[in-house]
Amino acid sequence: MRKGEGLGISYKRTNRTKCQHSVSLSILSFLTPVSRLVCALFIFSSSHTKLYPSSETLEREREREREREREMAAPIEEKDQATEDPRKEGIASSIRVVPHVPKGGIMFQDITPLLLDPKVFKDTVDLFIERYTGKDISAVAGTRCRALRIVVEGIEARGFIFGPPIALAIGAKFIPLRKPRKLPGEVISEEYVLEYGRDCLEMHVGAVQQGEHVLVVDDLIATGGTLCAAINLLERAGAKVVECACVIELRELKGRERLKDTPLYVLVESN
Amino acid sequence: MLHTSLHCRSFPSPSHLRSLVLSSRLFPSVAVRTSPTLSLRRSRANRSIAMAATEDSRIKRIASSIRVIPDWPKPGVMFQDITTLLLDPQAFKDSIDLFVERYKDKGITVVAGVEARGFIFGPPIALAIGAKFVPMRKPNKLPGEVISEEYSLEYGTDVMEMHVGAVQPGDRVLVIDDLIATGGTLCAAIRLLERVGAEVVESACVIELPELKGRERLGDRPLFVLIKAKGV
Repeated sequence: MRKGEGLGISYKRTNRTKCQHSVSLSILSFLTPVSRLVCALFIFSSSHTKLYPSSETLEREREREREREREMAAPIEEKDQATEDPRKEGIASSIRVVPHVPKGGIMFQDITPLLLDPKVFKDTVDLFIERYTGKDISAVAGTRCRALRIVVEGIEARGFIFGPPIALAIGAKFIPLRKPRKLPGEVISEEYVLEYGRDCLEMHVGAVQQGEHVLVVDDLIATGGTLCAAINLLERAGAKVVECACVIELRELKGRERLKDTPLYVLVESN
Repeated sequence: MLHTSLHCRSFPSPSHLRSLVLSSRLFPSVAVRTSPTLSLRRSRANRSIAMAATEDSRIKRIASSIRVIPDWPKPGVMFQDITTLLLDPQAFKDSIDLFVERYKDKGITVVAGVEARGFIFGPPIALAIGAKFVPMRKPNKLPGEVISEEYSLEYGTDVMEMHVGAVQPGDRVLVIDDLIATGGTLCAAIRLLERVGAEVVESACVIELPELKGRERLGDRPLFVLIKAKGV
């Protein structure tokens, strides 16, 4: 096997190589005999090593670079839809359904048992991190409001729990979105309509900059009201919401349609 | 001149190497009588200065990223706003790293985060040290069966709740909040956890307001903070 073949790259000996040899040989006349011998051995052996990669190699590398750029620029697509990640099963089974909370007829999806299992919690966060690493997201926004079918002050959310670990892992800022009068200093507000009544979401002025790519995280999407309000808030501040990510989706409540063209990624679907 | 420079840069002898290894941070409890050369002693000192300097620069960065909002929520209060810390990924990571470095070998099985800003720092620490995360919440927010602890505020009382069964007897718990002021919230959290038979190893906060004497309220229960802030 020629040197360099094991690297999977082919090297062609070109005419230029021969010219290079003659130039190097003339330089050798200035050196001592021993060093001349050493240099000569080096130069002749280097004709077998990487000096001039072939044009095919360069073309292949250029193509790879272009593909990488395309991947970075493209919207995040659904990968592996056919094969479910086995970790999702563990996540789904650790979510506890509590009936008649906050009111009769509602099956409340309680994620706290998920947090009691370090491996499952880590898997949940890892699934998000794997999806969003290297996707040029500079901010993760976590919501703290919950829009359920019936407004109850204080069934509040856990977007604060999943957002920060994701932000830390992908090197993004974390921005809390909160109920009114919880954030000190200057805020911008977004009011939104619920099934019964209205609610309001606030964000600090200056938390996001113009053109920043933001990921919105919550534990659950129901009607999509909260997430819509979050997207509106961020877009008003000039940011671009790249995607919304939730652990659980309640399909029947059609939150996905309410988000319109903002992509949504969920780990577990629930009925 | 060549002769003297060779002499100064001689390779350390086996005994010197041994003393270097044994007295390094890997074996801090081993006391070894050594007579190291000046260069070896200096390099050890440089290493510990470097480590202290790194920690100090992380704390400096964290402290400078926290914003103080005057007269919020009431006149006379200087509010320590940690949301600006969260906008600096490196400072946020440093704050979590400082906690994780302290607690990763302490056999902590539960990280209890106090609502709501404890939910921001608690989960990353829990994930990094492989512990459960248990939220401690205001009333009527946790679904299912809970246990409650009432505690006094400056004016009136408040209640803290935790899920039944979240923490088992014998669990070693770290309590996390962003800030300790009077210590009322932390005390309530500790009492709740001790009632179910857990051992509260330590309480940890990003910021302490020493003037409000929260540490005294905790008594002999250990408290670890990154930053002490002035100005109430």
